[in-house]
Amino acid sequence: MDVVFDNLDLFLRGIRTTVSLTLTSYVVAFVIGMVVASFRVSPVPPLRLVGSFYVNTVRNTPLAVLMVLFFFALPDVGILYSAYISAIIVLSAYTGSFIAETIRAGINSVAKGQAEAARALGLTYPQVLRIVILPQALRAVIAPLGSIFIALIKNSALANLISVTELSGTAERLINDTAQPIPLFIAAALAYLVLTIPSGILLGRIERRFAIKR
Amino acid sequence: MNDTILADELGPRGRRRVFIGSIIASILVLAVIAIAIKRFNDNGQFAEEKWRPLTQWSVLKFYLGGLGNTLKAAGAAMVIALIVGGLVALARLARTAPVRWLATLYVEFFRGMALYLLILFCWLGLPRLGVRLDVYWYLVIGLSVYNSAILAEVFRAGILSLDRGQSDAASALGMRYWQAMGLVIVPQAVRRMLPAIISQLVTLLKDTSLGVLIFYEELLRRARLSAEFFHNPVMSVALVAIFYITVNYALSVFATRLEARQRRRYKAGSIKVTGLEQLAVVGAQAESSIT
Repeated sequence: MDVVFDNLDLFLRGIRTTVSLTLTSYVVAFVIGMVVASFRVSPVPPLRLVGSFYVNTVRNTPLAVLMVLFFFALPDVGILYSAYISAIIVLSAYTGSFIAETIRAGINSVAKGQAEAARALGLTYPQVLRIVILPQALRAVIAPLGSIFIALIKNSALANLISVTELSGTAERLINDTAQPIPLFIAAALAYLVLTIPSGILLGRIERRFAIKR
Repeated sequence: MNDTILADELGPRGRRRVFIGSIIASILVLAVIAIAIKRFNDNGQFAEEKWRPLTQWSVLKFYLGGLGNTLKAAGAAMVIALIVGGLVALARLARTAPVRWLATLYVEFFRGMALYLLILFCWLGLPRLGVRLDVYWYLVIGLSVYNSAILAEVFRAGILSLDRGQSDAASALGMRYWQAMGLVIVPQAVRRMLPAIISQLVTLLKDTSLGVLIFYEELLRRARLSAEFFHNPVMSVALVAIFYITVNYALSVFATRLEARQRRRYKAGSIKVTGLEQLAVVGAQAESSIT
């Protein structure tokens, strides 16, 4: 176990990178998800098409392929960002497609009468969506949004493929340096649990506080 | 077709607005495509030597080999994960407490960690423990262990979603625990779980691309090798992406259809899981006691 405590600072730095990757990407992904979801329920056909194209391509491509494509291929067409920014862009784009689908499911779960009543009050389409539908839709899908967050904590490990060293990458380097795989692996695995389990509890609290039972 | 409830039949003004909106949106989309084409052209991505390799049989054979390796790893991992996942799910529902605890520990430990870390451990750790295998097996073991933990949760949620009356009726008929499981519970549960299992298998197929990290020559790894050789990363990786999109899209459509059919047929509907990202929900629903 010494090897873990000797390198505690490296581990903490790795955890910090995992956390910052996750939080930043989730915020960006949430914005992407909202926009794409409203595209997908829009009355304007081309926007619906763009929305479903985005969701169906990004969601069905492995995250590893997206990482490699963005970081190693797109510089060839002049799209070039630092590894950290690239990781955030890719994680956000990928997670955003899942969030979009979840929010859309939430929108579809809102009772029809709500939109009708809002329109009867004279609200315009964007107002109906923003003021009446989305607040209810989001509350209906808090639990799946939470599990997307937890999945993102784990998915952020793929940033290592483009040389952003987070928690798993720290373990990888230390295993290579010290040749003590077992304690390092267990420490990294426990670190993930330390991140995911409290997130799960917190999300459960949020859900109980805000979710509406249908 | 708009399947949402947000707009009723539009009047003349609404139709005009949608029409104008459509035109603006189409122009924007075309503009984005045009910029992309210009970028490609400016950076010489339309040059013939970038695309020609993809039409040569020897290169395609290299890719097909990678595809074969991907499917080989995914197939083996699916079979193992389904078997182990089933056993772990039964163990979690076992009547002996220590068995339950062990199974719970297994599920929570492996479900909570990054698959990346697990595959990494198989590759770097197992050899130091004296388990020397082909990289193929490191990938398969990593994928199997991780997905068995997740599938165990799916199975368990499926079994728990059945009405208690089913097992009560089975024991009233004089069936033993295992008879009731095998003849009454599991067959019904599997039917409900099928869409969830399929979408988890889609996730597993996608995750096979993590083989790239341990230099297993699956599709993505081979695309990178070929891209280095021909200097055409955009085409090579895009080809891989197109493969995954086609296959996974088809499988997802299949899973959705299956789910809709089951909802029609059995009313109760299948358990609600779509893809890995939502799996924690199933677990949470199955056991509100864990948190």
